[in-house]
Amino acid sequence: MRLLNVFKIATKAIVLNKTRTLLTMLGIIIGVASVIAMLAIGEGSKESIRTTISAMGSNMITVKAGSDTRGGVRQEASVMESLTLSDFQAIKKQSTLLSYSTPVVEGKGQVINGSNNWPSSIYGVNPEYLSIKVVDLQSGSMFTDAEVQTASKVALIGQTVVDNVFPDGQEPVGQMIRFNNIPFKVIGVLEEKGENTFGQDQDDVVIAPYTTVQKRILAIDHLNQIIASAVSEEEAPNVVIEVSNILREQHKLADSEEDDFHVRSMEELISTFSSTSEMLTILLVAVASISLLIGGIGIMNIMYVSVKERTKEIGLRMAVGAKGADILMQFLIEAILISITGGVLGVLLGLGATVFIEKFLNWPTSVAMYSIVISFAVCAVTGIFFGWYPARKASALDPITALRYE
Amino acid sequence: MTKEIIKIEDLKREFTMGTETVHALRGISFTIKEGEFVTIMGSSGSGKSTMLNILGCLDQPTSGIYEIDGVSVKDLNRNELATIRNEKIGFIFQSYNLLARTSAIENVELPLLYNSKVNSEARRERAIKALEMVGLGDRLHHTPSQLSGGQQQRVAIARSLVNNPVMILADEATGNLDTRTSYEIMSLFQELNKQGITITFVTHEPDIATFSSRTIVLKDGDIMQDYKNDNVQSAAEELAKLPKQDD
Repeated sequence: MRLLNVFKIATKAIVLNKTRTLLTMLGIIIGVASVIAMLAIGEGSKESIRTTISAMGSNMITVKAGSDTRGGVRQEASVMESLTLSDFQAIKKQSTLLSYSTPVVEGKGQVINGSNNWPSSIYGVNPEYLSIKVVDLQSGSMFTDAEVQTASKVALIGQTVVDNVFPDGQEPVGQMIRFNNIPFKVIGVLEEKGENTFGQDQDDVVIAPYTTVQKRILAIDHLNQIIASAVSEEEAPNVVIEVSNILREQHKLADSEEDDFHVRSMEELISTFSSTSEMLTILLVAVASISLLIGGIGIMNIMYVSVKERTKEIGLRMAVGAKGADILMQFLIEAILISITGGVLGVLLGLGATVFIEKFLNWPTSVAMYSIVISFAVCAVTGIFFGWYPARKASALDPITALRYE
Repeated sequence: MTKEIIKIEDLKREFTMGTETVHALRGISFTIKEGEFVTIMGSSGSGKSTMLNILGCLDQPTSGIYEIDGVSVKDLNRNELATIRNEKIGFIFQSYNLLARTSAIENVELPLLYNSKVNSEARRERAIKALEMVGLGDRLHHTPSQLSGGQQQRVAIARSLVNNPVMILADEATGNLDTRTSYEIMSLFQELNKQGITITFVTHEPDIATFSSRTIVLKDGDIMQDYKNDNVQSAAEELAKLPKQDD
């Protein structure tokens, strides 16, 4: 009841000083709006990185041979032949957290169709590859396990390859092409994926059974990579551990020896890229927080002026029976109302600015709910913190002195 | 026997100014009974303002007894003093002290805002009644800047009446007004006094004292005179005697 009255008194004081209140709020408004807009930009860029990486298969696990020393000479990882088909079979058999897995052998060469040719890469995989990489087929079909067994000379090609070796708009499925002079029958065309985040053309590929690529093109029996997908993104870190353990056992590594392979999850890649944009977000938010702090000091300043200006009024209120606590609450509520109203306007302005940035600057943005909650809470705290001292000062006034104050 | 509103016994108030002690009141005793109209007079430095602050429970005596409406003020803390001021005293100031840009009725409601026993309907009702008592029933929503000095002081009087105090305490209430208006205000005080309201009026103007029923004269912190006024003049009659104003 009494608090409600004090609340009314505080609201009235704000309404009576509209312009001043609005100017005081401006600091808070700009502070909150910039915090929200900055966080939205930060979150937006983080999310866009995540989406691109997810498109490559966000729960993908990659196993590569690690570098080793041979006769005192450090060797490049790619020339290592330590990853074998039996490693792949062991992983497939023992791992419990994988949904798909495939061996990968890769080579470069020339794709030839009649008088057209094009340099491309060939990937030897098994049929699960498409599910791991999240690729669909435009036309045709994937080769089968039986075709892998028999090392059939069948291939799927990406759109870039299609464009370059079938320039006349011929239907590629069913046609014969040659890769490094080995004839392949095209049985499917991969869906177009475009460039990835790193500028690599994901459509410039030829996919064939790994057995075929191993025997006919590369003439090797080791693997370049094993790729697999975890049952879920959350399990990816556990899969890394599990696969590492399986491989250590396979390679009969003693505890003292280092891994001779690398297991990587996409999650690591995501966090590497996110951390850059996170750093940027922190800097932006720091700058925005400073303006929020300045806004708070603005409130404190105006509250001091207000207390000074209304000293006589405070004296009168005390003379007619206001307690110190009533006066304290009056000024505190006034400060909190200013900061919270400023906060609300700031949130609205921030959301508006975010829409503007998205629409006209085409930057990816994403408003995080937590940014609104946090900046709002900060506002309330700012009001209490910066309103407290002036309010305290007002409530500690001596009524006699205050009444005589001119 | 009528009720004693104010009881003061051997009341002293001392101020320490550095090493020196100033004796503002040096052992004063008097009582004010219900229905009295007392003026406290004295030149500056007589202890009049100190007396007013103590009577108004804005200040505490150094020693001695001060009781208002049976409550001993000594040993009350700041908050308890505020409650006494809120419930037992109606203040009227020389400079009106109305809240600017705030309507008459809201100004009058002010003391009741700090009294949690009064709800908002009762508050409004009592404020209207008080403004009607001072003859401003038709100016409820005027702000102080739209009112004359005399009208502003009437609003202040209504404000002092609204909490049904045991005593109205006026500090030079006519000091800022011209003779005609101050007679009008004095006649309003006399009317209120006739209705049984106890009034204590602090002033340095001798002619104001002629309208009251009793006068206490202070000098250098002591009571110099305390006399009943057998020949109370009517402010309304004095007002009639003034030359007619040119309109």
